[in-house]
Amino acid sequence: MGLVERLPEGGVITTRLDTVLNWARVSSLWYMLFGLACCAIELMATGAARYDFDRFGMMFRASPRQSDLMIVAGTVTYKMGKRIKRLYDQMAEPKYVIAMGSCATCGGPFYDSYAVVKGVDEIIPVDVYIPGCPPRPEALLQGCLKLHEKIRKESVADKKEVAEKC
Amino acid sequence: MAIRTEEVQINMGPQHPSTHGVLRMILTIDGETVVDARPDIGFLHRGIEKLAEKRTYHQFVGLTDRLDYLSAMLGNAVYAMAVEKVASIEVPARAEYIRVIMMELNRISSHLVFVGAFGLDLGATTPFLYTFREREDIMDIFEAVCGARLTYSYIRPGGVARDMSTGLDQMIRAFLKKMPQRLQEIDELLTGNQIFLIRSRGIGVISAEDAVSYALSGPGLRGSGVALDVRKDDPYSVYPDLDFNVCTEDTCDCLGRYLVRTGEIRESLKIVEQALDALPEGEFTAKVPKVLKPPAGEAYARVESSRGDLGVYLISDGSASPYRLHWRGPSFINLAAVGQMVKGLKIADTVAVLGSLDIVLGEVDR
Repeated sequence: MGLVERLPEGGVITTRLDTVLNWARVSSLWYMLFGLACCAIELMATGAARYDFDRFGMMFRASPRQSDLMIVAGTVTYKMGKRIKRLYDQMAEPKYVIAMGSCATCGGPFYDSYAVVKGVDEIIPVDVYIPGCPPRPEALLQGCLKLHEKIRKESVADKKEVAEKC
Repeated sequence: MAIRTEEVQINMGPQHPSTHGVLRMILTIDGETVVDARPDIGFLHRGIEKLAEKRTYHQFVGLTDRLDYLSAMLGNAVYAMAVEKVASIEVPARAEYIRVIMMELNRISSHLVFVGAFGLDLGATTPFLYTFREREDIMDIFEAVCGARLTYSYIRPGGVARDMSTGLDQMIRAFLKKMPQRLQEIDELLTGNQIFLIRSRGIGVISAEDAVSYALSGPGLRGSGVALDVRKDDPYSVYPDLDFNVCTEDTCDCLGRYLVRTGEIRESLKIVEQALDALPEGEFTAKVPKVLKPPAGEAYARVESSRGDLGVYLISDGSASPYRLHWRGPSFINLAAVGQMVKGLKIADTVAVLGSLDIVLGEVDR
């Protein structure tokens, strides 16, 4: 942030609009409580005491309407794919997606299964991919920090690309 | 004009914070009362049984982790036992003891997740943070023994993947020492909580007869007073040499199932301690060929997993991959009783009943 002037009646900050918006978005990235498979357990562990998601301002919300981030934690099957698309559509802009683990990235150990979507990016646009089966909580935290970096570079003037794939 | 009411169908899930994965419950409700509940499954169907036919016997070990991902060691063990039966492999005594230690530690960690998630379902957030703190200690032990936190692939046909180091013994003993007091602390948070008791006592009642006829197993069955445990009734590995009790409760409700699980954690601590004391020296695995081609035949192995009677039916045709593999997931069979258990309850109680059954969707859908 820019110049801070200390005045008796409070301070004045001069900065760019983008910086303020991005600062707000980065500092309260609420994720949707949405676990698909094994990775969801690591997602729960990341939210619990030792790894503590809350220190990044990340809290889970049970409704897509209140969430900014969808962490796709687990195997995406064709039956679930349609529901994931609908949940994504229900989230309000700006919205971000993290593909957590090999399954959500590319199908993982189920690469040759008849029932599994080979990566959630076939259905919805993905911002950050996290490898691992399942990724360690540290890996998930790093993925979220990478997403923070990405958000900090955004500008309201940019047109957010909307993938029309599915 | 007379007031007319009609039944409404609503969906619970597949995205719902308390369905423990991707389960859709189709509830028929009359006002706030549940008239009928039908589970719609298959949102996590990954075709694992079919994939088994494309993988070699050793390759499939990795997928057994991902069925019941909260107790992967038990999934590994039951598959390894089935392969050993069909290929007539003799497991060394040390491997059997290491297996029992790991299986029981995994049972504790799985039940800890249950206690945390069940509390969360009923509105208690604190126990979740406490149980995950204790669970991390077990994760550290597993990480030291096999390098993974969740998907271990540690118990393999013939024995275990690598030997336990001496430092590990200390780690496990330190955990065993502090766990009873920690468990007490967690238990008091829930069983000393009036809201928790009101929401779980007398909720989701299933009589012993009904539980047996629905083929419930595990804590779901023992919570209805039926003392059936594969470890006692069809013993495998070194369980006959170990001293432990089968926990049962006669209340047949959600609270009973919760108490059975916390009791089982205490019993598992006893088992791990005995197994550590009795751990013999020797080989940690039998000699198993890299490409395993068992003779044509079939085998059925069962273990008492955290969720109940877990079985694997394996048919070999003499080639390097199974001809057919069937996974008898206790979660799937326990889930069938939900409709019976929630009849006449309120919608919020459905959450308690589902939570008390502790299903894992990876095992339900396979």
